[in-house]
Amino acid sequence: MNFDYNEEQQLLADSVRRFLAKDYGFEARKKIVASAQGYSPQVWATFAQMGLTGLPFPAEFGGFGGGAIDLVNVMEAFGEALVVEPYLPTLMAGRAIARSPLAKSVLPAVIEGRMKLAFAHIEKGARYDLSKISTTARKSGDAWLLQGEKSAVLGAPMADKLVVSARTQNGIELFLVEKERVKALTTLDEMRAAELTLKATKAEPLGGDLELVEEITDFASALACAEAVGAMKFACDTTLEYLKTRKQFGVPIGTFQALQHRMVDMFIAQEQARSMACLACSKVDQSENAKQRARAVSAAKIKIADNARHVSQESVQLHGGMGMSEELKVSHTFRRLTVIAGQFGDADHHLARFAAL
Amino acid sequence: MDLNYSAEEAAFRDEVRAWLSASLPLDLRQKVSSYAHLSKDDLMRWHRILAEKGWVAPAWPKEWGGTGWNLVQRYIFEEELGYAGAPPLIPFGLAMCAPVLLRFGTEAQKQRFLPRIYRGEDFWCQGYSEPGSGSDLASLKTKAVRQKDFYVVNGQKIWTTLAHYADWIFCLVRTDPNTGRRQEGISFLLMDMKAPGVTLRPLVLMDGAHEVNEVFFDDVKVPVENRVHEEGQGWTVAKYLLGYERMNTGRIGESKRQLAKLKEYSSSLKNDLRFRDRLSRLEVELMALEITNLRFLDRMRRTGQPPGADVSMLKIKGTEIQQMLTELMMQATDPAASDDFSVAVRKKYLSMRKTTIYAGSNEIQRNIIAKMTLGL
Ligand SMILES: Cc1cc2nc3c(=O)[nH]c(=O)nc-3n(C[C@H](O)[C@H](O)[C@H](O)COP(=O)(O)OP(=O)(O)OC[C@H]3O[C@@H](n4cnc5c(N)ncnc54)[C@H](O)[C@@H]3O)c2cc1C
Repeated sequence: MNFDYNEEQQLLADSVRRFLAKDYGFEARKKIVASAQGYSPQVWATFAQMGLTGLPFPAEFGGFGGGAIDLVNVMEAFGEALVVEPYLPTLMAGRAIARSPLAKSVLPAVIEGRMKLAFAHIEKGARYDLSKISTTARKSGDAWLLQGEKSAVLGAPMADKLVVSARTQNGIELFLVEKERVKALTTLDEMRAAELTLKATKAEPLGGDLELVEEITDFASALACAEAVGAMKFACDTTLEYLKTRKQFGVPIGTFQALQHRMVDMFIAQEQARSMACLACSKVDQSENAKQRARAVSAAKIKIADNARHVSQESVQLHGGMGMSEELKVSHTFRRLTVIAGQFGDADHHLARFAAL
Repeated sequence: MDLNYSAEEAAFRDEVRAWLSASLPLDLRQKVSSYAHLSKDDLMRWHRILAEKGWVAPAWPKEWGGTGWNLVQRYIFEEELGYAGAPPLIPFGLAMCAPVLLRFGTEAQKQRFLPRIYRGEDFWCQGYSEPGSGSDLASLKTKAVRQKDFYVVNGQKIWTTLAHYADWIFCLVRTDPNTGRRQEGISFLLMDMKAPGVTLRPLVLMDGAHEVNEVFFDDVKVPVENRVHEEGQGWTVAKYLLGYERMNTGRIGESKRQLAKLKEYSSSLKNDLRFRDRLSRLEVELMALEITNLRFLDRMRRTGQPPGADVSMLKIKGTEIQQMLTELMMQATDPAASDDFSVAVRKKYLSMRKTTIYAGSNEIQRNIIAKMTLGL
């Protein structure tokens, strides 16, 4: 057993943190969120230079063959800084491509930062059920054509290509689609997503099945847990700072024991969440079987959902009116934590899954 | 013990309900039920409809337009408004400034302001909080210096709800900086928002809405006749108002409407035991609050005493229930949906976080119960 990050992991995380501290402060992020594209191409290029876009992909395509554990620290840093670039969608879709015959032709561009991707799986009405897919794929001559609708596809507006799931006679399979123009919408946590309408849309087959979708989703869930921990860390740090500096009744409000205990519970929630994020990331990299992986990820998702809610609500409450203001980063972290608690399944969904495994 | 409304009370409720169902404009009802933004016109339109009916200020004395209803009738009326999905009646004039004028104002002040508040001709806002003075209101610094017939006011208020709609603001200001106790030396002033030296800065909240502001006073001249009660007695006025306010924070009718809506909206989750349990627990919580509220009301009716400090629990429980309602509503939305209603529901969840912070934060309400009720 060893909870330390190795030297490479530490160096990478340090350089990511340095970059984000310098170029991704709250004001810089505000500009990115307000921009037409909703992300920063320069930031993306820097991520690529740092090797982030290649890290979890196999070396044979130019990647570094890393796993979720190599990304824990990076995702925490992303969570702290509230990074809105479509990193997770790109990794998810890239993971599907990496297992396909198209890996060789597509992945190098992704790894070099020239191509962004999105993963279009969930449809309206499915809630978090990964098997509830009604988009279909049919073969017409040599071509595959997709028919259906995908909802709230994260990162789709800025993606170059999309990985889309659809039903064939073999069950669920994955396809690669050129991104056409989509109408972007902004999510509650200030990211860009799009509704996708597929009408006899040409697609290239990637193969895969529901199990692959589950594996990809578990992988992304584990990373999202690590990201949530970073967001919780910011919420806790900034609230602690506020308790020490905000004065009412002639003393810092942190001297009120009622608030001290609340702060302590936030801190504990953050640490418990961090432990579970480590567990989930470790198990998506190394599990004896899919069930073991799924149990760890669902357990982590339950803890993270509960604690994201707890920490976000308390961080706003303890800031008083300031916590409600758009001008403070903590309210944006609140929004991210609210969304992340339900991303890839809320606590209810994962409780049911955990109990059934 | 009989927890049912008497025949007369039930008849009164039916009368109010019938009138509301005939008189509340459909477009306003729809805006409220879809969490849409209510413009100043929307708010004032509803205010005027009620004023015309003679029901806009039930609690005022009859000579100023009150209805003469007893406590229970007033409670029923409030709950029916909420249950029907009426736009909120903005409290700053009707339920804050007016009671203060009625209790402490001069005859001239009453004559000048009350009829205009009643008819909805003046929009009021509340200037209490300052950047350095929230929970600790008595530390406020905005300064008013007397010069003959005027006070010259300098300073800043913050979180001023709907100041951008307002014609008038009632403020707590410091008229004497050299008193022993901080609660002394504070005065209650009525200020014209159009007076030279008053400026606003919008503060956008995390749901993206502009509802609060910073208000700056730069050498604003306020006629001495606009001071309410004695100079230096502003704290007495503020405390009077606080007791008045707390009785009305349960918002049972509104929460009942939200609960009914939530049940309908989440019908696809009715087989989800986890969700259903949370919904049921919340409903039970609301039932408990309703009966608690009625018990307080009954106590006030029997004793004729003003509400005690323990009514703070209505604010605590009422706001927690309101927040939980929006949270469950958000969980009931399809996570993949991005239609207007789903988006509005999620933003409502963000917005409702304010309810445990404003009007005396829930921590401060607990402090009040600890100290005043439990003697800790
Ligand atoms: C949406 C909104 C609308 C508002 N509208 C108005 C308005 O129209 N007019 C107006 O005057 N004001 C208004 N307010 C201000 C509101 O009354 C204050 O925000 C509130 O009193 C809390 O003060 P604060 O924000 O300075 O927080 P602080 O007092 O700094 O409190 C910060 C945190 O410390 C806690 N705390 C403080 N003291 C204690 C203690 N002794 N023990 C335990 N915990 C403590 C608080 O509960 C809070 O959690 C509004 C606020 C909001 C958010």
